[in-house]
Amino acid sequence: MERFVDLTLNGVTYGMIYAVVGLSLVLIWRATRVLNFAQGAMAMLTTYIGATLIEHHASYWAAVAVALASGFVLGGLIERVVVRPVETGPVLNPVIVTLGMLVALEALAGIIWGGGLRSFPAYFSQVGVVVGKHRVAFSHFDIYVLASIVTVLVLLVVLFRFTPLGLRMRASAFAPEVARLLGVRVGRMLTLGWALAGVVGALAGVLVAPKLLLSPTFMDAVFIYGFTAAVIGGLESPLGAVVGGLGTGLALSYVGGYLGSTLEALGALAILMVVLMIRPQGVFTRVTSRQV
Amino acid sequence: MDVATVPGVDPHGAPRGPGTSRPGLVPPSWGWVWKLRLPRQPMLRHLVLALGGGAVLFGVTSVISSYDDYQVAQIGFTAVAIAGLSLLTGANGQISLGQGAFIMVGAYGAGLMLVHTTLPVFLALFVGVVVSAAAGVLIGLPASRLRGPYLAGMTLALAIGLPALPLKFSKTFAGEQGLSINPLQPPGTVDPQRWLAWYVLAAVLIALVLLGNLMRSRYGRAFRAVRDDEVAAALSGISVARTQVLAFAVSAGAAGLAGGLRGLATGGVVPDAFSVALSISLLAGMVLGGTGSLLGAWWGAAILVYAPQWATSVASSLHLRPGQGSNLALLFYGVVLVVVVLLVPQGVQGGLRQLAASTGRRLRGDGAVRSEGVSTVKPTLREGEELP
Repeated sequence: MERFVDLTLNGVTYGMIYAVVGLSLVLIWRATRVLNFAQGAMAMLTTYIGATLIEHHASYWAAVAVALASGFVLGGLIERVVVRPVETGPVLNPVIVTLGMLVALEALAGIIWGGGLRSFPAYFSQVGVVVGKHRVAFSHFDIYVLASIVTVLVLLVVLFRFTPLGLRMRASAFAPEVARLLGVRVGRMLTLGWALAGVVGALAGVLVAPKLLLSPTFMDAVFIYGFTAAVIGGLESPLGAVVGGLGTGLALSYVGGYLGSTLEALGALAILMVVLMIRPQGVFTRVTSRQV
Repeated sequence: MDVATVPGVDPHGAPRGPGTSRPGLVPPSWGWVWKLRLPRQPMLRHLVLALGGGAVLFGVTSVISSYDDYQVAQIGFTAVAIAGLSLLTGANGQISLGQGAFIMVGAYGAGLMLVHTTLPVFLALFVGVVVSAAAGVLIGLPASRLRGPYLAGMTLALAIGLPALPLKFSKTFAGEQGLSINPLQPPGTVDPQRWLAWYVLAAVLIALVLLGNLMRSRYGRAFRAVRDDEVAAALSGISVARTQVLAFAVSAGAAGLAGGLRGLATGGVVPDAFSVALSISLLAGMVLGGTGSLLGAWWGAAILVYAPQWATSVASSLHLRPGQGSNLALLFYGVVLVVVVLLVPQGVQGGLRQLAASTGRRLRGDGAVRSEGVSTVKPTLREGEELP
């Protein structure tokens, strides 16, 4: 029972991180109908930038701020330079281009920082808090992770629901032609969508890095779990991504705890296969008929 | 498979028997060079190509050094893996990042047979192909319901997740150390690497002839019909899902053969070798050679085999840290994927084809512009999409 509670708590923390990765994928998907396979690699790069700053005695908060800012720049840059030309073409082209960015960024990180493992410091204690007589698998750092993720979710909701900028971004994603006719700079909004997704991804990177070890491929699995979260939600729904993230986190925590942590990625594959076999359009979207 | 022959769905030159040839409707994709010298009947043409290519390769491998022979073997098994991927993506329009995982399935399938049984090598390879194709059916079933990015994501999960299996079940799969496989025993005084190259090339050429025939058969036409328009294909009596699963299984089978041959060549099967980077580099090889082209698979494979070496020498001349050659090669693949899709979507083989076609037109003084399949990956509207 104790183990089950620990695994559940662990699953919730990881689930929120997967939810954030999923959310960044949803942001990009809604804006440009592109699934960004480089999202994990972008977060990896920004986390390395933060880690380098901390190694050079910058404060944790400065490092996180720089990591998020570089996520913003990187996201916007990639959209503008390599994704924009293929956004309107065949569906497979953006897939291939973002995959190319994935290996290119990972290789670049390997060249700059070497392939070895590094640690990323946690600002708060990672030792579980004591509840009653037991030390549960939930630390001050986990509280910080959840708090910052909830803050970001609230900020995103406020941005998209209650600000003119959010309205313009939603309009550009929903009906680009009409939005353009009404004077919205659609291209800029799409770039901004990618940049925001870059920030959200970078946040996921710095939050998950202390729990794992930093290496050029450390975000690969996290990306896949975030993708699973987003697919459960149907790639369309931000709420779906959050719920999907929690579900994925819990399921994989049980798989890892009871069957062995090496099987987590296969667990994600199993979830993906089941969800996609039963409801390929995701659990949280309405069925749309195929257009001919 | 009750796929009806569909007239008119195939713009890329459907097979025509020698008796039914129609003037003015030559298969356009081969250009004048091939038209002059090769029989039109697909089976014959592929056999002539394979025998001719095999003879040239036999001659080349007989004179080059032992190390070069080993690299030719590497190019051979990489080419068949890329050819499988090319069939899936180019002809059927599905994208898979799981090719590395299927190579692993084939490698372990064939490797376990070689380690635990006394089966002859070719039968062990065949077992690897069958196991891998079966795995392809398993993954292809959900895949047939998925579109572009979803499928890519699911197969990426496969590529990341599958290498954990040998670690988890280390009794069966020998864990992290992997299987060690005895090298081929060459007859007489033949150099072992040369014999390896011949063995690999023979297997790969047979596989490519079969794949080439498949591409030109009713199944190949069904693949392309489904790629171009699923609704039209279904209306013509093609079972879309079954066609997609078949393409997946064939592609996985080709990867399985590559895996078995790779195990023979490297003398072992270790789980580390089948990373996501392998799958993506195969994708880069496919895109470089030209998506959908079996001949292009050789270009792609040659680049994948030689690029790490060039990268290592570049890395040492740039005074990078030791061991950065592989990273530099990966960087190259990544940039290639981006640049080729943006600038030359038809790849090396497509570029050569166009060059041959335009040269041919100039030599014949023929001004007519023949439509070439420039990009084999065509735009198709998917669920929930709108016209751009």
